[in-house]
Amino acid sequence: MIDRRLFTHFDWGFLLLVLLIAGIGVVNIASATASYHTTGIPYYAKQIYWVIGGIFLIVTLCSFDYHILEDLSWWAYGVLMFLLVVVLVVGRSSMGATRWLNLGFFSFQPSELMKIVIVMVFARYFTEKAELTGLGFRDLLYPFLIIIGPVLLIMKQPDLGTAMLVFLVASSILMFVGIRLSTLVSIVLGAIPAFFLAWHFHLRDYQKERLLNFLDPERDPLGSGYHIIQSKIAVGSGGFLGKGFMQGTQSQLHFLPEQHTDFAFSVFSEEWGFAGCLVVMVLYFSLIFWGLNVAKKCNDRFGKLLAVGVTAMLFWHIMINIGMVIGIFPVVGVPLPLFSYGGTSMITSMVGAAILLNIQMRRFMF
Amino acid sequence: MKEISYVRDNSGSNGNLFWLSVVVAAMFFLLLMRLLYLQVLKTGSYQDLSESNRLRTVPVAASRGTVFDRNGKVLVGNRPSFSVTVIPQEIKDKNLIIERLSRFLGVDRAELMEKWEKGKGRAKYFPVILASGITRDQLEIIEENQLSLPGVDIQMHPVRDYPNGVLASHLLGYLGEMSEKEMDSDQYSEYNPGDYIGKSGIERSWEKELHGSDGGRQLEVDALGRVLKTVSEELPTVGESLVLTIDLDMQKKAEEAFGDQAGAAVAMDVNSGEILTFVSKPDFDPALFAEGLSPKQWKEYVADTRHPLENKALKGQYPPGSTFKIVTALAGLEEGLVDEGSTVSCNGSFSLGNTTFKCWNKRGHGSVNLRKALRESCDVYFYKLGDRLGIDRIAYYAKKLGLGSPTGIGLEHEKAGMIPSTEWKEKRYKTKWLRGETISCAIGQGYVLATPIQLASMIATVANEGTIYRPHLVKRVLDPEGRVIKEFQPEIITRSNGIKSSSYRLVKQGLFEVVNEPGGTGGMARLYEVKVAGKTGTSQVVKLRGKSGYLPYQYRDHALFVAFAPYEKPEVAVAVVVEHGLHGGSSAAPIAAKILRQYFEEKGVIKKPVPVKNENSSAEEAGTSDSGAAPQEPGQTEQNEGLMND
Repeated sequence: MIDRRLFTHFDWGFLLLVLLIAGIGVVNIASATASYHTTGIPYYAKQIYWVIGGIFLIVTLCSFDYHILEDLSWWAYGVLMFLLVVVLVVGRSSMGATRWLNLGFFSFQPSELMKIVIVMVFARYFTEKAELTGLGFRDLLYPFLIIIGPVLLIMKQPDLGTAMLVFLVASSILMFVGIRLSTLVSIVLGAIPAFFLAWHFHLRDYQKERLLNFLDPERDPLGSGYHIIQSKIAVGSGGFLGKGFMQGTQSQLHFLPEQHTDFAFSVFSEEWGFAGCLVVMVLYFSLIFWGLNVAKKCNDRFGKLLAVGVTAMLFWHIMINIGMVIGIFPVVGVPLPLFSYGGTSMITSMVGAAILLNIQMRRFMF
Repeated sequence: MKEISYVRDNSGSNGNLFWLSVVVAAMFFLLLMRLLYLQVLKTGSYQDLSESNRLRTVPVAASRGTVFDRNGKVLVGNRPSFSVTVIPQEIKDKNLIIERLSRFLGVDRAELMEKWEKGKGRAKYFPVILASGITRDQLEIIEENQLSLPGVDIQMHPVRDYPNGVLASHLLGYLGEMSEKEMDSDQYSEYNPGDYIGKSGIERSWEKELHGSDGGRQLEVDALGRVLKTVSEELPTVGESLVLTIDLDMQKKAEEAFGDQAGAAVAMDVNSGEILTFVSKPDFDPALFAEGLSPKQWKEYVADTRHPLENKALKGQYPPGSTFKIVTALAGLEEGLVDEGSTVSCNGSFSLGNTTFKCWNKRGHGSVNLRKALRESCDVYFYKLGDRLGIDRIAYYAKKLGLGSPTGIGLEHEKAGMIPSTEWKEKRYKTKWLRGETISCAIGQGYVLATPIQLASMIATVANEGTIYRPHLVKRVLDPEGRVIKEFQPEIITRSNGIKSSSYRLVKQGLFEVVNEPGGTGGMARLYEVKVAGKTGTSQVVKLRGKSGYLPYQYRDHALFVAFAPYEKPEVAVAVVVEHGLHGGSSAAPIAAKILRQYFEEKGVIKKPVPVKNENSSAEEAGTSDSGAAPQEPGQTEQNEGLMND
């Protein structure tokens, strides 16, 4: 099954890029958690384990043809829908939201995997409906039905960030496939009243607070506006060259919330300044463009759609997380791929990277 | 397994990919611009915010300067005060901690709970004071049980300490927390809110010197407000110390002599104006103010009809009574209306128009010359002299002796007393001065008022024959290391007030006789080792003509005594006022004697009595040697000392 040609086509450069970002992430986590009083394995070491696990995952996944995902997509969709329901019923509560499922050896968030599964399902759907371009309302009905279940279940947890990501990733694929301009305009116009209805009936108080505080963080500087304010102070006070490794006062003195996970980039900005941020932004930009390039070079429709979807997933994570850290996006719990501490996030990102590598190395297979 | 299908896709959908790429690039660019804005353009203000996040400045209170007596004994010092504090956020089981603290401190649970809740509203991780000013015993118990009181801390700050208790409380003054109004004033611009400042007495007048300047500690705190380390520390500067002119032992003697009587006593160095003793009774306990007076205690002080918070030596304005006869006598001599030999006949009363002014001795003093008039305090002599002088000439000499205006002792709110004149009455009441009014003024009644400090200054001026020194309380200002910063020299207000020495001498002779001759009214001030000269006085509180016998306290006359010693070469002058003490000779003179005795004992002129028991020796001696009380005259009562019938 493993073709020798595959090794020669494997893009080592991209793997290096992924590991470079993850490596910077590990160093940053070491600083972010330096002031934590933990016993046992330090956070950065655990993150290293996840990275190593991710490498194995990449190697393993790359040895299978990605078309296996086409077959698995609906099964995976069904299983994850089931797990999302299970999470709601028995899931472990964490940070006021029920997101985690304890599998004994480790806990994971089904919603994280759902992002990839939605990409798989959409890729398969639009591969089968290859004739569809310039989507109209009628064409959007089926994709809408596919995502509405997961989105509602994830919002119910409640995990607004992931629900939004699922929606954004799906939308990105639809945009790639192409939506009729009139339809797009109608959707946007219809979304506005829908937003106010949702505001009224569906959003939790803390979610409303976050949105309001995003618009005006000063309205509750010690409450929910605190995160945005402190993060902006951390980023801004970093200046051009930063305060130096482990020298960030905002992080070392715990003014930053969740600084090794969602606000890891805030720690990095404070300690490495604009110069460091520029480097990381260039790396992420390269990552995304490499992903888009994979899509462009791929001659297989399923692979193309898959590559676009996975790239979109990584892209939106980056945008939402960094946008949140620098105060141009509301605080939603979205980690920075490869960079934030956390097994689920790391595995999801690595799976994404593996899929892109897989598509890239098999582009000459036919 | 199903055959893997590769769907070749060469449709133009890569066109959308181009637009997606444009969107991606644009959004990355947007993030980068935002980073540039925060980290390069606005970094300054964010760095400031980050610093103020990190650093907290805590003022460190400076110890106030020490106040010493003239011999270097401490009048007011400082002691550490310990408070029990908690950081509510660090305590898991609030009820348990409250319960234990309540048991260890012996304080009511509700009280601790109330303070806890009140303090909790402040900044996070800010210590809340649950009990302040705890005793050593309480401190020890808390420290021993520190392990069972997690999150409970002890804080120390300096507070005023009064080693002599209530001694000289009016002079020293009390402290209080700076009010909002004071906080806004320029004088306290560098103070921190909550600072304690002098509110009265020396503490207030010398606030600038005594206060010192607070230090500050810059602490690095984490997001929860927990203190991690001290970044920088500016030590507080201890206030400057004062060496007063007060003699602690004389002060003690004087206050003992007062017992629980109300009034004031001032002793002054005749040749420098230094105040040696400054008593105002009843007193208050300044220690109760040191850490904030309880409202209940404040109410008690304010409601007390004997006014324990009032500085009577400084602000008490009393009719000087017969002590004022010194002024009338000097005026008569200076104006040539009387001389040593001229006599007046006293038959017990003096009539002017329809009004009869009685002498205190109804039987009359017979033929009276100036010395006898002073010695026996004959009222008729001074009625007649006053009538001849007229009020304006009396006022002229009273003012020459420093009466009628504040002495400038350097304490706030000093009262001016009152020396009336025809001009004053026309201005004040728009009516003409009545001849009869001069008669009562001539013996220090009517409109005439003087403060004890003025009386002391007056008698000192008589003693040194015309030099008015500014009464003052501070000899030296010392820096915290004890080096002299400022030394105060005696300040002469008037070197010679124009009254002839011969006049002074004659009056002084009379005053000597008051204390030392048979028939003198001030025999109880006599010291056998040192010659004392003085004048008794009784000032009417209410007019109760013809009534005698028992009077309620608040209607009783004030007793006064002014004196100086030694007669030949005066060194020290004393003025004593005993409120409602009835007779100057019996209640004020013994106090003056005790103060003078202490003065001369310290100088070695009088040997200290060997047995400890005999602390009232002078008074007892005087009491036993001078027998019997004299008859009283309403309105103008004087104690008549024994031996007068010899």
